[in-house]
Amino acid sequence: MSNFRHGISDTLVLAKRSFLRIPRAPDLLLSFTVQPIMFVLLFVYVFGGAIVTPGYDYVDFLMPGIIVQTMAFGGFVTALGLAEDLKKGLVDRFRSLPMSRSAVLAGRTLADVATNTVSIAIMIVVGVLAGFSFDAPVAHIAAGILLLLLFGYAFSWVFAFIGLSSSSPEASQSLGFILIFPLTFVSSAFVPVDSMPSALQAFAEVNPFTIVVDAMRSLFLGAPAGNSVWAAVAWSIGIAAVFAYLSVAKYKRAVVR
Amino acid sequence: MADVAIEAEGLRKFYGRVRALDGIDLRVPVGTVLGLLGPNGAGKTTAVRILTTLLPPDGGSARVAGFDVATEAAKLRSKIGLAGQYAAVDENLTGAENLEMVGRLYHLPKGEPRARAAELLERFDLSDAADRLVRTYSGGMRRRLDLAAALVARPPVLFLDEPTTGLDPRSRLGLWETIESRVAGGTTVLLTTQYLDEADRLADRISVIDHGRVIAEGSSDELKDQVGGEHLEVTLESESDVEAAIVALEPVAAERPALVEGVLRMPIKQRRGTIAEAVRILNDAGIGIDDVAMRRPTLDDVFLTLTGHAAESADGDGDGEESGGER
Ligand SMILES: Nc1ncnc2c1ncn2[C@@H]1O[C@H](COP(=O)(O)OP(=O)(O)OP(=O)(O)O)[C@@H](O)[C@H]1O
Ligand SMILES: [Mg+2]
Repeated sequence: MSNFRHGISDTLVLAKRSFLRIPRAPDLLLSFTVQPIMFVLLFVYVFGGAIVTPGYDYVDFLMPGIIVQTMAFGGFVTALGLAEDLKKGLVDRFRSLPMSRSAVLAGRTLADVATNTVSIAIMIVVGVLAGFSFDAPVAHIAAGILLLLLFGYAFSWVFAFIGLSSSSPEASQSLGFILIFPLTFVSSAFVPVDSMPSALQAFAEVNPFTIVVDAMRSLFLGAPAGNSVWAAVAWSIGIAAVFAYLSVAKYKRAVVR
Repeated sequence: MADVAIEAEGLRKFYGRVRALDGIDLRVPVGTVLGLLGPNGAGKTTAVRILTTLLPPDGGSARVAGFDVATEAAKLRSKIGLAGQYAAVDENLTGAENLEMVGRLYHLPKGEPRARAAELLERFDLSDAADRLVRTYSGGMRRRLDLAAALVARPPVLFLDEPTTGLDPRSRLGLWETIESRVAGGTTVLLTTQYLDEADRLADRISVIDHGRVIAEGSSDELKDQVGGEHLEVTLESESDVEAAIVALEPVAAERPALVEGVLRMPIKQRRGTIAEAVRILNDAGIGIDDVAMRRPTLDDVFLTLTGHAAESADGDGDGEESGGER
């Protein structure tokens, strides 16, 4: 039992550490505040006019998709942080301490939840200013926000794995982009799936991003959901579980250099 | 059992074809300091990393504070403090926050992490910088903070990998005193160092390692004796006299004098009167002298002799050593 209590307290100590660095490294703050705003504005005003989304204004269609993408990228802070901890030898220090073996990762991913919350708030404000409007009961909107945070948390674990697998912070960054961009772009996030060539369509339809984005459209806009909400929850939990396991295993063996 | 804090038998670690550790035995009694001495790449850091559970060995076994590194790692970690070769501190926290965080992760009782942090910042001369972000610290300040972090929980066994590299002379002396006072209180220390005066001053026993093997072990005095007793060193005014001087000095030299970097060096038959005798002999032979001195070997001599020797025997075969047969 005391193991469990220590695990929690270690995680909180390290979450606090990740959290403290946010105001102290303002360039990082930029990446999860300004970048999403830029994306919304680019898509709404640059691509928006050219993309046909039957039944929706483009901004309404776009916002759920772009927030999901932002959640997926929220984990970058974890990947960069871990890659840096490895490089600077901090992981060695932590691994020599009598602390929980998962706390370094759990602390970082937990801190991401906080920054993701801030991102969601910013995105919604910017979206509304650009013309987005919710079309669903408050309970659904709240559930949607929780789903976003859950999905973001799952991707923090994906990024934890990326960070631990990379030879440098820079490498973790490009690895992350290579992985996330195809997943988000070949999904229903930015364009209707049936506008894609059939090979891409087949991929887009099974892509978890599509499932989560569809779930968000139903929770925020009242679109017909099917069972995409539960599928989205299941995907998120599955991704989190698999990558948490892989990351902790990797962390235990982490070797500097 | 209880009186040995660190015990390693036949530790091996291979990186591909590199034998980072090739069967190392160590034994450090409680409350003593072992100095690990060796040239770059000898395997010092690898040994420290294995003993602190950061790296699994490929062979052999080790116990620290009574716990096995492979099977009881979690318990072992609560007994050790580590300062690695490169300072491992969080740049985006202040000095005080760094130490407090480490204290919390050792699960010190409430209030203790903060108190220990303040105490150690004071001890390591960092009080003025306590509330500054570490990224504004100088290299030596980071190093000191890292060492303080190793001491936060007053662990009974300390591993310090080149602890004074990058420290100014004053900080170095301060750290030595800190280590000495911890050891007086019963702490066991394993430290690696390139500085022989450091090993000389702090270490009760020294293990010299090279190519992943212990090539000599003993107290500083024992090692010095191993290299040879007192030597007479004579510097001549002119190198052209060397041959004549070697012949002339035969009566006082225990072995044929050798020329080492322009200095004639020889073990002697007896201490008393030797300098006067040597001067008289050389004067009579008409050989000009620049300097004559008696010299006891330093650890530098030990280090050079031992590791130079080892480097030769690694690819040669003429040494009559029995240990290296498997290559
Ligand atoms: N991660 C690694 N991968 C491959 N080789 C390694 C690795 N770590 C160490 N080595 C090799 O193992 C040997 C021992 O290295 P180690 O770091 O233990 O030496 P050291 O005695 O601490 O040297 P120094 O005085 O330079 O710190 C070296 O030949 C080194 O190149
Ligand atoms: Mg080293």
